[in-house]
Amino acid sequence: MINKIDRIHILIADDDEEDLQLFNEALAELKMDYKLTSFKDGKVLIDYLENLENKLPHILFLDLNMPCKTGHECLKEIRSNSRFIDVSIAIYSTSSSEKDIEDSFVQGANIYIKKPNDFSKLKKVIKDVVNMDWQYQSSGLNKETFFYSL
Amino acid sequence: MKLNYNYDGNIACKRILEDQLDKLKIEYQILGLGQIEINDDLSLESFEKLQLELERYAIHIINNPKIQLIQAIKDAIIEIIYDKDKFPSSTISQYLSEKLKFRYGYITTLFSEYTYTSIENFIIIQKIERAKKLILAEELSLTEISYELNYSSVAYLSTQFKKVTGLTPSMFKRIVDKKRLLSKKKNK
Repeated sequence: MINKIDRIHILIADDDEEDLQLFNEALAELKMDYKLTSFKDGKVLIDYLENLENKLPHILFLDLNMPCKTGHECLKEIRSNSRFIDVSIAIYSTSSSEKDIEDSFVQGANIYIKKPNDFSKLKKVIKDVVNMDWQYQSSGLNKETFFYSL
Repeated sequence: MKLNYNYDGNIACKRILEDQLDKLKIEYQILGLGQIEINDDLSLESFEKLQLELERYAIHIINNPKIQLIQAIKDAIIEIIYDKDKFPSSTISQYLSEKLKFRYGYITTLFSEYTYTSIENFIIIQKIERAKKLILAEELSLTEISYELNYSSVAYLSTQFKKVTGLTPSMFKRIVDKKRLLSKKKNK
């Protein structure tokens, strides 16, 4: 079981410096103990995950539009490997079309975030996502049916 | 062939405990709410064996009393969500406080401090979790599900479902169906 003493390990892959910076600041304002590791593209992210020496994160934030490997490609690769079954994946996208949302969940995403355009909204979104994910990690909820779109 | 199934986590957990404790020839009584009374003192060897066996089912023996209380709160809530007849006629706060023998103020503060959520929110998440299981079991209509979960109306259930998942119940069902179809194709 995950207790309070456990630290939430978060990964983010996003090629936009400014978005990463905002994400960092938003997390810092949450009253949670966390560790954040960030990646500039999908390829370095996959390399990190596939290295058996690295501890698996609780949650991974994936930007859809990235160089080298897109978010969708990463999602497919990660979900085809059963070692990552317990890692929650949050898709971070500019699209809010129902089809994109549905496709992402079908491909194995757990969370779909429409990128908010202002900082206070971003903070709220990150807080809601990390909180909801925590409930799934700590209360024995079924990961197979974990979908959260916001 | 496709088999649909549903399950009661509490009963499953109880059976696992019974099987494992019997296997190790430990005398016990299951008290519910995440507690077992062991009749004799447990040798360190059997304790470690039991701990190891239970870890396989993601059942963890807890030594911290605060975390024990939080687990008891969670179990008490899950119990009333999965059994409509046990749903208290009084308020939930009164029910929890009587059942766990602590002031509600203490219970609710401790819970938020350790779980990053409120008891109210935990209840909503658990109700929606059960709603998901019932939707996928395809035995009850949404209206019947809302009744089963003590919602005042099906509209209220749908609103809360949307709030917790961001999806409508029908979109949720469609996604799970497609996901299962996809994994079936992959496994062929």
